[in-house]
Amino acid sequence: MSNKQKSLQSHPLAGWLMTAPALILIVLFLVGPFILAFGFSFTNQRLISPNPTQFVGLSNFEQLLGVGVLTLDPERDDAGQVVLDAEGQPSYPRLRDYTRNNPDYPQYDGMREWFSFSTGDARTYVLARDTVFMKALTNTLLFVIIVAPVQSGLALLLALMINQKLRGINVFRTIYFMPVVVSIVVVSLLWRFIYDGRNGLLNNLLEFLTFGHFQPIDWLGNPDTALFAIIGMSIWQAVGFHMVIWLSGLQTIPLTLYEAADIEGATPWQKFRFVTWPGLRNTAVLILVVITMQAFALFSQIDVMTNGGPLDSTQTLVFQAVVRGYEQQNIAGGSAISVILFLLVLSISLIQRYLTRERT
Amino acid sequence: MAGLSLSNLKKTYGKVEVIKDVDLEIGHGEFVVFVGPSGCGKSTLLRMIAGLEDITGGELRIGDKIVNQVQPRDRGVAMVFQSYALYPHMTVYDNVGFGLRLNKTPKDVRDRKIREAAQILQMEHLLDRKPAQLSGGQRQRVAIGRAIVRQPEVFLFDEPLSNLDAALRMDMRMEISKLHQELGATMIYVTHDQVEAMTLADKIVVLNAGVVQQVGSPLELYNRPANLFVAGFIGSPKMNMVEVSVETAGANAIDISGPAIGRLSLATEASGIVLGDKMTLGIRPHDFQQVPEGPFKGTVTLVEHLGNETMVSLKLANGEAMIAALDGDTTCAIGETVSLDFNRDKVHLFDSGGQRRG
Repeated sequence: MSNKQKSLQSHPLAGWLMTAPALILIVLFLVGPFILAFGFSFTNQRLISPNPTQFVGLSNFEQLLGVGVLTLDPERDDAGQVVLDAEGQPSYPRLRDYTRNNPDYPQYDGMREWFSFSTGDARTYVLARDTVFMKALTNTLLFVIIVAPVQSGLALLLALMINQKLRGINVFRTIYFMPVVVSIVVVSLLWRFIYDGRNGLLNNLLEFLTFGHFQPIDWLGNPDTALFAIIGMSIWQAVGFHMVIWLSGLQTIPLTLYEAADIEGATPWQKFRFVTWPGLRNTAVLILVVITMQAFALFSQIDVMTNGGPLDSTQTLVFQAVVRGYEQQNIAGGSAISVILFLLVLSISLIQRYLTRERT
Repeated sequence: MAGLSLSNLKKTYGKVEVIKDVDLEIGHGEFVVFVGPSGCGKSTLLRMIAGLEDITGGELRIGDKIVNQVQPRDRGVAMVFQSYALYPHMTVYDNVGFGLRLNKTPKDVRDRKIREAAQILQMEHLLDRKPAQLSGGQRQRVAIGRAIVRQPEVFLFDEPLSNLDAALRMDMRMEISKLHQELGATMIYVTHDQVEAMTLADKIVVLNAGVVQQVGSPLELYNRPANLFVAGFIGSPKMNMVEVSVETAGANAIDISGPAIGRLSLATEASGIVLGDKMTLGIRPHDFQQVPEGPFKGTVTLVEHLGNETMVSLKLANGEAMIAALDGDTTCAIGETVSLDFNRDKVHLFDSGGQRRG
């Protein structure tokens, strides 16, 4: 045994000391804000305010999530006939009469129409206390529901194609991966030109392909197309990233399994169905969860391309959280949205894990 | 049912020739073993027969059909891989029935065949398990089950026992041998283990560097190796090789001499052997006996008592090493001088090109 001085590495605090830089950063910028957001969401905290912060219980959440259903009968004349308006539609009492200072309907006070539908003569109004938040919520869900399957499916297709042993296949790998490397802000700016209403690349292309019959669309300026334009661009941007994850999954499947399948007489489809797909199970779970979480966090594209418009058609939860927290200085409201988003993503991830669990 | 015929079979990767003009006839029902050192091309040859590797040149027939361009699934072959190649997410039942499921065999027929195969391989109790829950030997059984359930005309085994421990390997070897007798199908088996080759084969094909060195029954290869490579490869411990030169060449006998042995007379057909030829004399370790005064004299460097025999390593006067398998009750110690004689009827003579003479 040498009589060397004991190494500093064996000191009981050495491990903590070495993890300290990372630990401090994580606590400061992840754990801290996370706990603060939970705390703020139960207060009336503002970004800058002379008034002291007060605990307000669940009122932030009530404000965000409050909904009501109001069914109105059409107005009738003295004979009991439905009164029709100038366009021949039945006319209904004004909604404002119910949602503003109506002592008979205190539960609807301050609500606005979210959407409405007719059942027979009656018209049912779904009211929300915060229609912008509701719009953001539904937009985000729609975004997730479309992006998750389409992006993961497309990425798998690319991975399968790129997994071939062909000359120059690396060029394609690089091309497909390139958008991932470029900042999403830059990509969003570029796609604003592509989607431009007058001289955008997409309009020009469509006009060219239809021999000029196509009428140019202002893709980002039209409430009907804006969200879908952003969905398309988002899928394109991140598909390469998920392609690489699929690819790594594909390459863990032993080649002999395919050879055995060849000898057993499997067609290409059967090889995918019985060898590839089961072998990609864990990768599929990972990709589904990652895409879902990324999709819920949709922000940069909106911030650069549409700012939530037109007519709130591209509002999303994270964008709303930021707008409220910083532009409207309503830190408590923004925090409440963050907390709702967190619970939403958490529960969806848990459901996904449960549905894709290993059955034994 | 089918035999195989390989003529001028070639395989190159770029400029590297890995299989060079292999000609081989395999009769129906034969058990043929491809044996050779790593990288000799034996697995490549098997994979060419399976259809997993393209054939660069020559002709491969299974039965009387040329199958060079035929898809693996249409060649009527089944293959057992060294890594077993079982599908991890399927039960043993589904693994065995995989091929039948792919070709849409009716469920009841499939079930009967799977159970038959399981019975032959004594693994009926394993049918509900997944591969991860099986031992190595059991996995190999499943892989063999998957092969036999389709009743192929030709079975291909690619080093199937290499991943098993020694005791299990011996058991499985016997089972494969039994299986061959029961099924009567043509089997081609690749191994680098010459014991497997000797015990299983009707016919051994020794390959080296993509060239067939010798084709023959195990005893033919052992008793009359065609060249130095086969002589050194078949038999354990390895054959002893001694450099000699020809002193006199008579009609039925030659005299040889060498630094290790002095001068010796051998009865052999000496046609074509001329005075002064450099030759190699091969003596199997088991053809030595200990004698008071013999042609070989050396110092013992290692003694291994195996019970039924004793392996004695010697260092001859000129520094050459030699191994002799002597009686089990031989007593000698390291450093002692031992004198050996050998069975003159069983010597092997090879010319300077390494080919067998006499």
